[in-house]
Amino acid sequence: MMFLRGNAACPGCPIPRELDALLEVTGERTVLVVPASCTTVIMGDTRGMPSKVPVIHSAFAASSAIASGVRSALDARGEKATVVVWAGDGGTGDIGFASLSGAAERNEDILYVCYDNEAYMNTGVQRSGLTPFGAWTTTTPSGKAESKKPLPKIIADHGVPYVATASIAYLFDYKDKVRKAKEMSGFRYIHLLSPCPPGWRFDAGLTVEIAKLAVETGIWPLYEIEKGKFRLTSISKVLVDKKKRKPVEEYLKLQGRFKDLKGEDVKRIQEEVDQMWEDLARM
Amino acid sequence: MQVTKGVVKALVGNHAVAYAVKQAKPQVLAVYPITPQTTMLEKLSEYVDRGELKARLIRVESEHSALASIYGAAVAGARVFTATASQGLLYMTEMLYWAGGQRVPIVAAVATRALASPWSILDDHQDFMSKRDAIWIQMMAENVQEAYDLTIQAFRISEHENVVLPVMMGFDGFILTHTMERVEVLHDSVVDSFIPPRKFNLVDFTDPVGVGPVAPPEDYIRMRFEAKKAMERSKRVIKEIFREYEGISGRPQHGLVECFMCRDADYVVVSMGAWSGDARVAVERLRERGAKVGLLKVRVFRPFPFEEVRDYLRDCKGVLVMDRAYSFGSGGILVNEVKVSLYGHDVPVHSLVGGLGGMDVRPLHIQTALENLMEGKLEEERWLL
Amino acid sequence: MINLPPGVPLARPSLGSSGQTGTWRVLRPVIHYDKCTKCRLCFFYCVENTIDLEPNMFPKIDYQYCKGCGVCAQVCPTAAIEMMREVK
Repeated sequence: MMFLRGNAACPGCPIPRELDALLEVTGERTVLVVPASCTTVIMGDTRGMPSKVPVIHSAFAASSAIASGVRSALDARGEKATVVVWAGDGGTGDIGFASLSGAAERNEDILYVCYDNEAYMNTGVQRSGLTPFGAWTTTTPSGKAESKKPLPKIIADHGVPYVATASIAYLFDYKDKVRKAKEMSGFRYIHLLSPCPPGWRFDAGLTVEIAKLAVETGIWPLYEIEKGKFRLTSISKVLVDKKKRKPVEEYLKLQGRFKDLKGEDVKRIQEEVDQMWEDLARM
Repeated sequence: MQVTKGVVKALVGNHAVAYAVKQAKPQVLAVYPITPQTTMLEKLSEYVDRGELKARLIRVESEHSALASIYGAAVAGARVFTATASQGLLYMTEMLYWAGGQRVPIVAAVATRALASPWSILDDHQDFMSKRDAIWIQMMAENVQEAYDLTIQAFRISEHENVVLPVMMGFDGFILTHTMERVEVLHDSVVDSFIPPRKFNLVDFTDPVGVGPVAPPEDYIRMRFEAKKAMERSKRVIKEIFREYEGISGRPQHGLVECFMCRDADYVVVSMGAWSGDARVAVERLRERGAKVGLLKVRVFRPFPFEEVRDYLRDCKGVLVMDRAYSFGSGGILVNEVKVSLYGHDVPVHSLVGGLGGMDVRPLHIQTALENLMEGKLEEERWLL
Repeated sequence: MINLPPGVPLARPSLGSSGQTGTWRVLRPVIHYDKCTKCRLCFFYCVENTIDLEPNMFPKIDYQYCKGCGVCAQVCPTAAIEMMREVK
């Protein structure tokens, strides 16, 4: 176990398991760079932290840049290690986007993992650029009017060697991707959908179930783009066939954040998912 | 300690600092272009590309990332350097506090420049002075030679085991960055033995730590208290290092302040940075006419040399403090520090504010203010508009 | 680690860095071993890593740190884990 028990994660929060699974693959010689996010709190305080590997806490916008520097210093010292940014969706797609894009463009030799819980959860559920259409947050009390920022696609457009999506419900797929990324060099990006019980308004026991439904309904396709080559992975391979996908409603109805969606909203979400799969099928 | 004769070169300020950086051998640099610092970045890029400086120069996408990336590198054990100016320094501000609060040795050069709005690319000290509370040692150069000398010493001070604080070396934009002067540089081997290999490193896989975690109030305030003590301790270390450098370079390094004809002076002008040269001229002219005037130049602004300032000024009949930055709603920033130093002493302290946004200040302006001070005709605060 | 002056903010690895999180529990997962097939899904998916495997491969919950989220009960294919009200 690389991530110790008794940390401050909310009950049902997948982050400790996601981190442990990551570290099981990357091992002791990993440096975690963590910008302001839920993980800042989960990492304890000056009296102790749950991580068994070095952690560098980071200003909200700075993690990709800090990781670039850590990598350069370790190279200068001749130290082999995996430098990982572990950031939330706000720290990745909003405030941290400039430094992320800069590091991707420079093809920095780092592994960036965005654990996406689709809002600013640590500050109490405020909308981010990665909050999906229709979702309630404290700053979108009547539902978000805009769509989710397509980050994996944007990072892939930087021409980096590896981009993948992953899910806590498909742990082997996630760990395979981390393993593959670990063996590569250059900028590697894994986008991990990370259900949040208090923020998404669901019972803490349903974390894995909801993560699974996100994949099964096709809302969260599992794929990787390796040196520009796109490939669906795990169960998503069969979901190109619309008949194999569960209706999005099954995913939405379990979450309080979607409870005020109207029929037409659900229809729009279903249409967007279907359209996305048509696009994926052409890739 | 043996003085070895250096090599005389003609260098603009930006190239002199770049040369000092090359000799200090940082392993990681990150610099983002901004006037009037840019030609330093260009020179550093040449050094790195030609292999004269074996380092990684990260061509970052912002100043925030410039300081963030060398912060990461410094935490992970590399000697590091960055440089900026003006808006760039403001954009770095968040990371300045991270570096200071985390007590990470870093050296940054600031080519001082006015702040917007309105736009101005010209010199004043508003950028540098606005960063006085970021837990950074701050030094300022008067000329290109001093910018070179302070840069070399900054690496040594920053990494000293009794200090462990980031150091900012300020030098006036354009007035020094773009002016070519005679500079005597040290031999590489002399610099090598002056700056020992860096020991500071917080990324150790056999003893993993979390860097910059949450701190409960009792830890947080204790850490700030320790930072205050480190700043106070650093005064002695800085003076020792200055003395040692004086020994190897043969150039007087004075101390936290430089006293120029101020020991027996009745009236003293206090300044910081390039216009100290103009103040020198004003003092010399008045001395020629028999006036007992002098100059006290502040070389180190943080930690502030209260004792030195008090000792030199306590018996003066009048003090004139020149400020190239201003705390609006309060007053000149340097003059306020000088007033604090002289608390309890009955010395009239006057403020001369000028040079903002590159407004030209000449020896005559300073000379006139000193004459007015001696005649008892100087306002408490005068702006050179 | 090098000798550092006092006041450098650091944290070191520790079990229970945020305390005995088992005290947060409202519901307590109880494994009915007669129904358990040793599939280990609870062990894989426990988001807190508070389930250990015994030498005989039966799962065992670490109640000192288990926060009682109920993920294990949800993923258990034979409903061998029951969430019971915590009595103090």
